Amino acid sequence: MGLNAYLTLAAVVFCIGLFGVMSRRNTIGILLGIELMLNAVNINLVAFSRFVGNVDGMIFTVFTICITVSEAALGLAIVILLFRVRRTVTADHLDLLKG
Amino acid sequence: MMNDAGLFALVSLLLPALSFLVLAVVYPFRRLGRPAAWFSIACAAGSLAAAALAWDAHADGDVSRLLWAWLPTGGEVLATVGVLADAQSTVMLTLVALVAFLVQLYSIGYLSDESPPALGRYYVYQSLFAFSMMGLVLAPNFLQLFICWELVGLCSYLLIGFWYQRPSAARAAVKAFWITKAGDVGLLIGIVLLWRHTGTFDFFEMRGLAESGAIPLAGLSLITFFIYLGAVGKSAQFPLHIWLPDAMEGPTPVSALIHAATMVTAGVYMLVRTEWLFALTPDVLLIVAFVGAFTALLAAVLACVQDDIKRVLAYSTVSQLGYMMTAIGAGYAAAGFLHLLTHGVFKALLFLGAGALIHAVHSNDLKDMGGLARRMPQTAIVFVIGTLSLAGIPFFAGFLSKEGILGATLAGGLMAPFAVLMLVAFLTAFYMFRVVFLALFASRAMHASPLQPADASPIHHDAVEATHGSPVHDPPATMVLPLWILAIGSVGIGLYFTFVHPEEEFVNPGWLMPAAVVTAVAGIALAWMAYQKRSIDAAGLANAFAPIRTAALRRFWLDDLFEGIYNLVFLGFSKLVGWIDRYLVDGVLNALSAWTLTAGDDVRTIQSGKAQDYVYGVAVGLLVLLLWARWVLA
Repeated sequence: MGLNAYLTLAAVVFCIGLFGVMSRRNTIGILLGIELMLNAVNINLVAFSRFVGNVDGMIFTVFTICITVSEAALGLAIVILLFRVRRTVTADHLDLLKG
Repeated sequence: MMNDAGLFALVSLLLPALSFLVLAVVYPFRRLGRPAAWFSIACAAGSLAAAALAWDAHADGDVSRLLWAWLPTGGEVLATVGVLADAQSTVMLTLVALVAFLVQLYSIGYLSDESPPALGRYYVYQSLFAFSMMGLVLAPNFLQLFICWELVGLCSYLLIGFWYQRPSAARAAVKAFWITKAGDVGLLIGIVLLWRHTGTFDFFEMRGLAESGAIPLAGLSLITFFIYLGAVGKSAQFPLHIWLPDAMEGPTPVSALIHAATMVTAGVYMLVRTEWLFALTPDVLLIVAFVGAFTALLAAVLACVQDDIKRVLAYSTVSQLGYMMTAIGAGYAAAGFLHLLTHGVFKALLFLGAGALIHAVHSNDLKDMGGLARRMPQTAIVFVIGTLSLAGIPFFAGFLSKEGILGATLAGGLMAPFAVLMLVAFLTAFYMFRVVFLALFASRAMHASPLQPADASPIHHDAVEATHGSPVHDPPATMVLPLWILAIGSVGIGLYFTFVHPEEEFVNPGWLMPAAVVTAVAGIALAWMAYQKRSIDAAGLANAFAPIRTAALRRFWLDDLFEGIYNLVFLGFSKLVGWIDRYLVDGVLNALSAWTLTAGDDVRTIQSGKAQDYVYGVAVGLLVLLLWARWVLA
C-alpha cells in the first residue's frame, strides 16, 4: 500500500473527529472527537516516518500520545467541575463568553 | 559709539525694571503696600535723576547708541535691543521719568484708602509701565519699539482695570485693549512690510537709507499708512479715539500718567521719530493732518458737553493729540513734538489737580463740585495754571507750542485744518474754563442748570470709600508737591519760551499770535459769561446748538457704530464659525463615533460564546485557506 492510502485514512479520521467536535452536544463527545483528530495526526506522522525512513516522526507520536492522555485527563476533570457548577455538560448551554 | 548720555539713559531705563522685578518677585514685600510703594518711588526718583543727566549730557546733534545683538540668524543679526539717546529721546525720557515719578509720589496719597496688597499691585504696574515707556522712548529700532508699545498697552489695560471689582472699569479696560490692538495690527503689518522694503529695523540705518534716497518709493505710502494706523489707535485719533474717555475708569493718577502725558503720546512720538520716513510719503502726511484736525474738532465739541471732569480732560487730551498730529501732517514734526512735551507737563498737572478735587469731594461730577477754590486754594491755583496753559495764554507752557502748531499748519499750506484748529483753540478755552468756573468758582447753588447729565453711563465715585461729611480741604503734602512742581514747570516753560524762542523752521505771520490770543480769550470770556456771571443763559447757549449738542451727548453715535459693527460683523462671523464648528466639524466626528457604535453592536452578535461555533469558524477558515492555497497561489 502506498503513502496515499495512509494519508486518506488519516484525513477521513480527522474529518470524522472534526465533525464530532462540531456537532456533538455533549462535552464528552467533543473530547472524543478531539481524540480522533489527534490520532489522525498520529497516523500521518507514523506514515511519513515509515516512508521517509526517519524515526523522528515515531518519537513525536510517542510524545503526542502522552500529551493526548494528559489532555484527556484534564478535559474530563474540567467537564466534571463544569457539571458540579452548572449541573450540565451540554455545550450549547456553556456560552458565558457571549458578546 | 558710547558716551555718557547713552549710559545715563540706560540706567534710567533699568531702574524701573529693577523695581518691577523686585516687587513682582518678592511677594511678601509687595504685600506690605507702603514700603513697596516707597521703593518704587525711590527707583523712579533715581530714574528721573539719570534721565535728567542723560538730557544734560547729550550734545546737540549727537547720537549715542548702545546696542546688543538679539535674534541672531546665522552670523547676521536680525534685530538689536538697546538704547538710542539723542536730542528727542532724552528730552522725552526726562518728561516720562518726571511725570512717572510725580504720579507715583502723588498716588501714595491718592490711593491711601487701598489695602496694602492692592497698593503693592498698583506699584508693580506703575514700575512696569515706566520701564516699558522708557524702552519705547529709547528704542533704537522698530522691533523694540513695537515690543514696548505692546507692553505699555498691557500696563494701560491693567491700570484702567485696577478697580477690577467694578464692572465698568473691567469693561473699559477690555475696550481700551481691543481698540488699541486694532491699530497695533496695522503697526505690526507696517513694520514687517517696512523690513521687507528696506532690510532693516534700525532707525539709524533706515534714516541713512531714507536720506540717501535708497528706499524705493513705490509701495511706501501703504507701509507708512499701516504704521500710522498704530499711532491712530494709541494716540486716540478718529475713529479709534473712543477708548480714551472710557479709560478714565482707572485711578486719576493713572489717567494723568498714561492717558494724558505719556502713553497716548507714543503714537505722536513715533511719527516724530520717523518723520524722515513719513516725509517720503506726503499723501499719508496729508491724511495725518486732516484726521488730526478732524479729531481735534470732534473731541473739543464732545468735551463741551461732558459733566464728568475727567471726561472733559480726556476729550481735551484727544483734541490736543489731534493738534500734534496736524502739525506732523503739515510736515513740521518738531512743532508737534514741542506741544507733546508742554502738553505732557500741563495735562498731567490738570489731571492730578482734578484728582485732588475728586479726592476731596468723592465724585467726578462737576455738579458735585463748585466753589472749591475757597476751600482748596492751592489746588485751585495750580488747576488754573494748567488751564491757562492748555488754553494757550501767553507766559504759560501751552502758548508757544500751540502757536507753533498753528503756524506749522499755516506754513504747510493746510488752510482748512488751520481754520479748524483756530475753532478748536476757541472751544478749548471755553470748555476748560467751563470746568474751572463750575468746579472752583461758581457756588454750588448756581449749578441748578438745566444741563442734563452728559453721559448715559452713571458717573462713578472715584474714591472707593466715600466719606461724606468730612471737610473739603487741600490734599496731603505728597499730593500737593507734585502739583506745585508741575505748575512751576508749566509757568517756567512758558516764561522760558517767552524769552528764548526756539529756532523755528518756518516764520509765523505777524497776525497769528494776536489772533491766537484773542481766540483763547474769547473762549474764556464766553465761559465766564455763561457759567460765572450768568449774563448769558447756559441753557439758551445749549439750545442754540441743540442738534450738535444732542449728537455730542450720544458721542456722535461712534460708540454705537462700533458696537453695531461688533455685533453685526464680529459676532455674526463668530456665530458662523461657531455653527461650522458645532455642526460640521463636530458633526463628522459624532457621525463617525455613532457609526462605529452601531457597527460594533451589529458585529458582536457573531460572538455567540459557544465553543462549537468558533470551531466551525476555524474549520471553514481553514478550508478557505486551503482552497485559496490550492487554486489561487498555485
